[in-house]
Amino acid sequence: FPEMAGAEGEDSLYPIAVLIDELRNEDVQLRLNSIKKLSTIALALGVERTRTELIPFLTDTIYDEDEVLLALAEQLGNFTMLVGGPEYVHCLLPPLESLATVEETVVRDKAVESLRKISQEHSPVDLEVHFEPLVKRLASGDWFTSRTSACGLFSVCYPRVSNTVKAEIRQHFRTLCSDETPMVRRAAASKLGEFAKVLELDYVKSDIIPLFTALASDEQDSVRLLAVEACVSIATLLPQEDLETLVMSTLRQAAEDKSWRVRYMVADKFSELQKAVGPEITKNDLVPAFQNLLKDCEAEVRAAAANKVKEFCENLPEDSRETLIMSHVLPCVKELVSDTNQHVKSALASVIMGLSTILGKDNTVEHLLPLFLVQLKDECPEVRLNIISNLDCVNEVIGIRQLSQSLLPAIVELAEDAKWRVRLAIIEYMPLLAGQLGVEFFDEKLNSLCMAWLVDHVYAIREAATCNLMKLVEKFGAEWAQNTIVPKVLGMSNDPNYLHRMTTLFCIKALSEACGQEITTKHMLPVVLKMSNDQVANVRFNVAKCLQKIGPVIDSNALQAEVKPVLEKLATDQDMDVKYFAQEAISVLALA
Amino acid sequence: MELPLHCKLFLDVHLIPDSADVISAVEFSQSGEFLATGDKGGRVVIFQREPQGEYNVYSTFQSHEPEFDYLKSLEIEEKINKIRWLPQLNSAHFLLTTNDKTIKLWKVSERDKRPEGYNLKDEEGRMKDISKITSLQVPVLRPMDLLVEASLRRVFANAHAYHINSISINSDCETYLSADDLRINLWNLDITDRSFNIVDLKPENMEELSEVITVAEFHPHHCHLMAFSSSTGTTRLCDMRSRALCDQHAKLFEEAVDPANRSFFSEIISSVSDVKFSHSGRYLLTRDYLSAKVWDLNMENKPIETYQVHDYLRSKLCTLYESDCIFDKFECAWNGTDSVIMTGAYNNFFRMFDRASRRDVTLEASREVCKRRAVLRPRRVCVGRKKRESDVSVDSLDFRKKILHTAWHPTDNIIAIAASNNLYIFQDRWGMPTNVRGVFVLSFFFLFCLFC
Repeated sequence: FPEMAGAEGEDSLYPIAVLIDELRNEDVQLRLNSIKKLSTIALALGVERTRTELIPFLTDTIYDEDEVLLALAEQLGNFTMLVGGPEYVHCLLPPLESLATVEETVVRDKAVESLRKISQEHSPVDLEVHFEPLVKRLASGDWFTSRTSACGLFSVCYPRVSNTVKAEIRQHFRTLCSDETPMVRRAAASKLGEFAKVLELDYVKSDIIPLFTALASDEQDSVRLLAVEACVSIATLLPQEDLETLVMSTLRQAAEDKSWRVRYMVADKFSELQKAVGPEITKNDLVPAFQNLLKDCEAEVRAAAANKVKEFCENLPEDSRETLIMSHVLPCVKELVSDTNQHVKSALASVIMGLSTILGKDNTVEHLLPLFLVQLKDECPEVRLNIISNLDCVNEVIGIRQLSQSLLPAIVELAEDAKWRVRLAIIEYMPLLAGQLGVEFFDEKLNSLCMAWLVDHVYAIREAATCNLMKLVEKFGAEWAQNTIVPKVLGMSNDPNYLHRMTTLFCIKALSEACGQEITTKHMLPVVLKMSNDQVANVRFNVAKCLQKIGPVIDSNALQAEVKPVLEKLATDQDMDVKYFAQEAISVLALA
Repeated sequence: MELPLHCKLFLDVHLIPDSADVISAVEFSQSGEFLATGDKGGRVVIFQREPQGEYNVYSTFQSHEPEFDYLKSLEIEEKINKIRWLPQLNSAHFLLTTNDKTIKLWKVSERDKRPEGYNLKDEEGRMKDISKITSLQVPVLRPMDLLVEASLRRVFANAHAYHINSISINSDCETYLSADDLRINLWNLDITDRSFNIVDLKPENMEELSEVITVAEFHPHHCHLMAFSSSTGTTRLCDMRSRALCDQHAKLFEEAVDPANRSFFSEIISSVSDVKFSHSGRYLLTRDYLSAKVWDLNMENKPIETYQVHDYLRSKLCTLYESDCIFDKFECAWNGTDSVIMTGAYNNFFRMFDRASRRDVTLEASREVCKRRAVLRPRRVCVGRKKRESDVSVDSLDFRKKILHTAWHPTDNIIAIAASNNLYIFQDRWGMPTNVRGVFVLSFFFLFCLFC
């Protein structure tokens, strides 16, 4: 490569020269572009000059804007071949080292990510000669930014270095775990699990466990909560018989921590913890802990725990699952149904239906059904929506009929909610509900709602209602469409409100494909053509747009005989937009 | 949203002469090496301490500009309400500045190298003859004169419906709080589009509004503790561990008012204008209109020490009310060892109180008395007849000259006093903490003054 740039002559130098000059342009965007093409520059310079000139320059460019530094940190992770392959990869360490100390977290993280990546390309010797000293320098740096970056690098070099160096690395990690700044302790706590995974089991017990215990009882709750995450990894690594003595007391303490943020973290990680500690400990320890979290005084914690109800129950050991749920979990769930906080109720509503598959038909009817019914009447629309959106779980177990009497008022109320976002959400569940409830129930109770949405005063609702009709037709078939909804849709074409007349056109556009050629040509097309004489230009150009869309569905005779003249007429309309869309339709349908 | 009139009075306090140069915030960095001031014109000036001890201008930048809220038809002043330094992260320095609505994070950094060498032009910017370019040149970094740059790193906006009165950085170095008249929000320093509301005093019906938040501060060591004060003279300590929403306080520091002393002004003068945790974290210093109080976090029902700042004004409250001076918000400060407290007063006077000996002193920051390296002479305010020539009678106090903003170096006996558009820096002659000598000797000499 080194000679390539020169050999190709001056012409090929120019673009590279521009790129290099723009590395120091005043415009951030140009600098960023140049950095993103750093490999092109390096390729032109050749490996030698890249190592001796480009990399030293980049090492000192840490004054730049974050986005430039971020791009640089990312580029350097893929630079091994451009500096001459694994043999020379260590010359990428200086720029990445300086990037790993900047104040911007995203840049530091990216630099660490690239360092981790290129660490794999170091030979075992180079790793000890070049990489490991860098980790040590960072770990004992003056500023916390460098020490936090070091935390993410221990685990990548540990498996590949000699035992002496391993001992040093463990010592450095220990030091950082008791760093004076909480930022470094947090970084160490968040990497504790990852580091434990690469350590020999004996060292996990002798080194990691004391660190874990110390971090889990740190004076700052922002550190303690990160120890919960590490707990999952550590528990997975330890043999079952050691869990009780080494981990459980710390975990129990975390579940009862004074700080709600730590308890929140326990609740949030509950399923992972449950899997890590295994069925026996789950039965004895986690079930009561989970009960407490469901009854926690802080709503955020209850909501996090409520979110985990289904997963927790699912993962309980099979032999005692039903008993545990019925005697321990369900009583708490019953209380949460009437919680004072709506986030808690809504979190529960999003998972509670899942319990029916776990508990089976009889328990569902006797214990869960009353809860569903209460939630369907909840004052908060989000709770009702969450129940409705998960109806399929119950349907599989007990059939939906049991619920339909309560379901209907809940749906009607949501359909008429004053907040349009709530109406929008319920429309989106309509196809699902229709599938679950069957065509008969739907025609009888819900059809009128679906039609009413077509004339909602919010456009987003009318649009969603149109889309909903299409999905219903796909579900119930063309014949159903012709009997129930097509007449109503077409009826709106005479509405005095032009917005409603346009809705007819939007519906036709959406439905034509699902309804098929016959219905479209026979019933819909005449209405569309008639509307081409509408007084409102917006309606007329939507006629053109509609014709363009339904053209391929209509039979070709009608297209030539009926559609073509109408479009030609519209193409001479006084209104610019009408003309434009008519001409567009003519060309798309190849009618010219 | 408009506040009912009686509460609004607490909200706009600055009726001093309208000049962009008037200093509105003074704050030392954690190490004391830097001092930042903010002014009504939205500018921030940073001073660096020289090896000889003097503070020189290090960097000046425009932090906030006047804005207009089109939705509410409100002008947003550029005045810097508070400045807070972040603990040092790397070789650069970071500080938060805020006006009424928007908090900004600034980075102040040094640059001593610049790249040299272009391919297509020479250093003066003249284009080279492209045909003569036969090889590529990579720029090289060469030393240059030190350049200090201030760059805006983040803008935390749109989270406050009322005027921001406080910002405070948490000891976890990850979060900070911002308080306005009715709410306190918690931010992550890395995240600008989201903040969590941790205190909300806004009643359903604004007619029922009975108190506003005047100031809020985090505990220096415990990341879960936060204190805030209100216009009713109470200070509440909140434990953020117990709940996500800290409407229920852990402790309430309030001294019962003697019913005999009740008057129309009782509530106004009891409004807390500043709260500062001691460096040890054990005590709270609060300032109300006439006094400064030290509270032990373990005793809620009364302060352990009360210092009268200018009790002689008690008879003048009516005049002070008419001139709106009664709403002045005086700040207060601890020295590095928590043994002395300092707070401002009128007539360019500021007061210091030694906690152990209970001795106090009044000093004056004015151009007339501040001769270079001259030791400040104590001043006295007398009620009635003058006892000494140098005494000042209450009636001749100038209420337009007020010292609202004061700061004490975190470890050394160096203080910064903002008097209108002037910043005075004084240093103790002995240069060491007062409690080492065991005697409260006040011998601050004048070190430096920035006359704007």
